[in-house]
Amino acid sequence: MHLAQLNVAHLREPLDSPALTGFLDALAPIYQVSDAAPGFVWRMKEGDAPTDLIQHDYGPMLVVNLSVWESRETLWNFVYRSAHLEVMRRRREWFHRIAEPYTVMWWVPEGHLPSVGDAMARLTLLRAQGPGPEAFTFKDFYESSDAACLPAAAEVTK
Amino acid sequence: MTSDDLESMSVLGDPVRRALYRFVAGQGRDVGRNEAAEAAGVQRTLAAHHLDKLVEAGLLESGFKRLSGRAGPGGGRPAKVYRRVREERTVSLPPRDYRTLALVLAEAVDLLGGEEKAEEAARRTGARLAAGEAGAGGRDLVEVLRGRGYEPYEEDGRLRSRNCPFHVLAESHPLLVCSMNLALCEGILAGLGETGVTAVLDPRPGECCVAFTSAATSSKNNVD
Repeated sequence: MHLAQLNVAHLREPLDSPALTGFLDALAPIYQVSDAAPGFVWRMKEGDAPTDLIQHDYGPMLVVNLSVWESRETLWNFVYRSAHLEVMRRRREWFHRIAEPYTVMWWVPEGHLPSVGDAMARLTLLRAQGPGPEAFTFKDFYESSDAACLPAAAEVTK
Repeated sequence: MTSDDLESMSVLGDPVRRALYRFVAGQGRDVGRNEAAEAAGVQRTLAAHHLDKLVEAGLLESGFKRLSGRAGPGGGRPAKVYRRVREERTVSLPPRDYRTLALVLAEAVDLLGGEEKAEEAARRTGARLAAGEAGAGGRDLVEVLRGRGYEPYEEDGRLRSRNCPFHVLAESHPLLVCSMNLALCEGILAGLGETGVTAVLDPRPGECCVAFTSAATSSKNNVD
């Protein structure tokens, strides 16, 4: 099984405002790190440029990232033990602080590439019911064996 | 603290074992018996005996590895190697539990959105600690870091640290704790009056996230 992760961020200013230049500039170097990181499997791309953000139906102020990793450890090491950490430290410059969970993980069969719709459904599930085998976080993590025990775990929605 | 922790510590009562443990822990990599014996100044068989006692006590872990670096036929028989276990041991007499409280406080800071205040407090604490140590005996940055458990070493003109003194918290609240650690290190620099040195985040798996720029290591400091 592979680990899928979605994170969402609510922009303080529109993407084309000067306040977001630092964020857009950070994307290319960070994608270089992520795509070469041990355990990286896939991330959703909208176009060839790093600043081509994922298009979705949840409004222009929501930035969405969706990726798949081999394990918790490889994803954790990229998020917190690479140049990505410094970018995360600057998140308040660009994004609103939100009280709800803004990131969610779930297990997918190897080779399966999740859709934005499925990913957002996982986040909704996490926000509504708290962490469980079908939608969880680093802090409340569920192993793939837990997820496999539940017949309904493979897909929340399609 | 568990009774296991206390027993693990008692194994270190022997000075040869302590020397072997310090050497293996200080290398940050797999260490063979010959190398450890030489560093501790004892016979190989004696070193092997004590190293295995340290493994039994859960302070080191062992594996097998070809030390020649060559794989396949002609590479030689794999040798037994040792490294420090990642799991920490804590002994406090009488028992104290600062870890649980620290985890609760970290969560409270997160819930309150108090990262900036926490970083300010860490910076002040770092400056206070360093001022105290600088006054006590004129310690420099490397000595202060070593004294606080960072296990500093030099690499590519940067001073890095093999050990994260806040490991458990850095795993549970990485963004908060690594930012606080950076602020603490900045405070230490300020407290020592090290103006030419900058603390930066340069994270990598298994180590402390804070590094110090080359100015720190080009001075009189000697890092082993």
